[in-house]
Amino acid sequence: MSFFGVFYLALIIAMLVADFRFTNWSDMSSLLSDARVRFSIWLSLISCTIAAILSLWVAIPTGFVLARLGSESMTQRLGQRSRGFRRLFNGARYFIDTLLDIPIVLPPLVVGISLLVLFQTPVGRWLDQRTGEVFASLGYAGIRGITYEIPAVILAQFTVAAAFAIRTMRNTFEQIDDRPERVAVTLGASHYQAFSMIALPQAWRGIVAAFTLAWARSLGEFGPILIFAGTARMKTEVLSTTVYLNFQFGNLRGAVSASLILVTLAIVVLILTRLITLGGNSKKGVIV
Amino acid sequence: MISVQQLRLCQGDFELRQVSFEIPSNAYAILMGPTGCGKTTLLESICGLRAIVGGKILVGGDEITRTPPAQRQIGYVPQDSSLFPTMKVYRQIAFGMEVRGFSKSERDQRVEELASSLDLTEILDRYPRGLSGGERQRVALARALSFRPRLLCLDEPLSALDGDTRNNLTKLLKKIQQSESVTVLHITHNVEEGAQLGTIHFRLEKGQVREVVCEDSGVKNTT
Repeated sequence: MSFFGVFYLALIIAMLVADFRFTNWSDMSSLLSDARVRFSIWLSLISCTIAAILSLWVAIPTGFVLARLGSESMTQRLGQRSRGFRRLFNGARYFIDTLLDIPIVLPPLVVGISLLVLFQTPVGRWLDQRTGEVFASLGYAGIRGITYEIPAVILAQFTVAAAFAIRTMRNTFEQIDDRPERVAVTLGASHYQAFSMIALPQAWRGIVAAFTLAWARSLGEFGPILIFAGTARMKTEVLSTTVYLNFQFGNLRGAVSASLILVTLAIVVLILTRLITLGGNSKKGVIV
Repeated sequence: MISVQQLRLCQGDFELRQVSFEIPSNAYAILMGPTGCGKTTLLESICGLRAIVGGKILVGGDEITRTPPAQRQIGYVPQDSSLFPTMKVYRQIAFGMEVRGFSKSERDQRVEELASSLDLTEILDRYPRGLSGGERQRVALARALSFRPRLLCLDEPLSALDGDTRNNLTKLLKKIQQSESVTVLHITHNVEEGAQLGTIHFRLEKGQVREVVCEDSGVKNTT
């Protein structure tokens, strides 16, 4: 069994070593001297951070609700209902769970096409237009809407990253005992206070893990961005599209150098997360 | 006076039908019964943590059957104490007052009073993970008493403690119940514990609660 693990580890290390050997410092230096690449690094960092924050904003309450809907106390409460109601409730819960996992299993291009089609509907077009007006009123006239603009990059990243963040937060809250929250309610706390004062502080490691996962997933996102935001240089180009564009134009050394920037950023974030969450255990909401 | 009238509860295939009993004000009531007979289910229903199918619960003449748990003024100490892992002991005890909007000075005064009565002064600055079983239960007791509840529900609070700690806490429970003048409903399997603490004893068996006489040597029916 361990042979397969060692083989996989060797494969990852061999790929990284091959990347590093293929390029050199002068390739990297010339890539970084290109203003368009510096813009794509900057846009990647900003868009990934915004997408990760938005993902957490959705994932924390959603993960908590999903975890508590499947908790023992909910099972006890359901025990007082009819068998038909219990079946309906559990069916609805599994259906919502499955819906939320769709962005994880869908091919990335399909996510991009679906977003593009969504913004061709009357509601989507209205939202596109209003977003352009909001940015114009804020003095960012260059951003004319969502589709093929920076908001499209963030929305494409968020659509996939949020699904991973929700799954992480649901697992985190499932590992946190809900009995203290029930006691808090008898002490006079509202359900929101029980969540924010009892459950949330216990979930901080899971929150860090969800943020990291969402950030790293956003950094590697390519398919939905390609379809929904395009690859306009100095406009919607992020690091993953820099790799693609360099490869398309036959600049393999440039593509590998851009890939190494992506790899370095991902490794730094993963190491930082490990360090932050070090010292926890699986019963304290640790997911990473 | 705590009055439970014709209470009916369902939990899957398990059912309690027409459970009725009364606890006089400031009494120390003991509820005993075989494992799995529904003692904890009944206690949690009184606290508002489980919905009931039928019947009434009255505390001091006020019906609280449909009142949310936060507004019932009932203190609850679960079997495992269920302390809040990220809060220091001081904040655990003050929690009920904090969410009810008590002022800082009121909270400080009450925490000091309870810490002194329950011998918690030395551990107010500690987190629950470092506390012993007895300390944990004393903190849970102080937390449940902090907002001066009308009824205190204790779910086998001494069952996981060793002999000496159990004896000390038994004495402390009796003392604190008298000093706080609070009505207590205490679940236990231990007849000796029930005889030492209780002023009124009930037994839950086959879905019915009946009053019994409890002595160190055992439990007898009143009829």
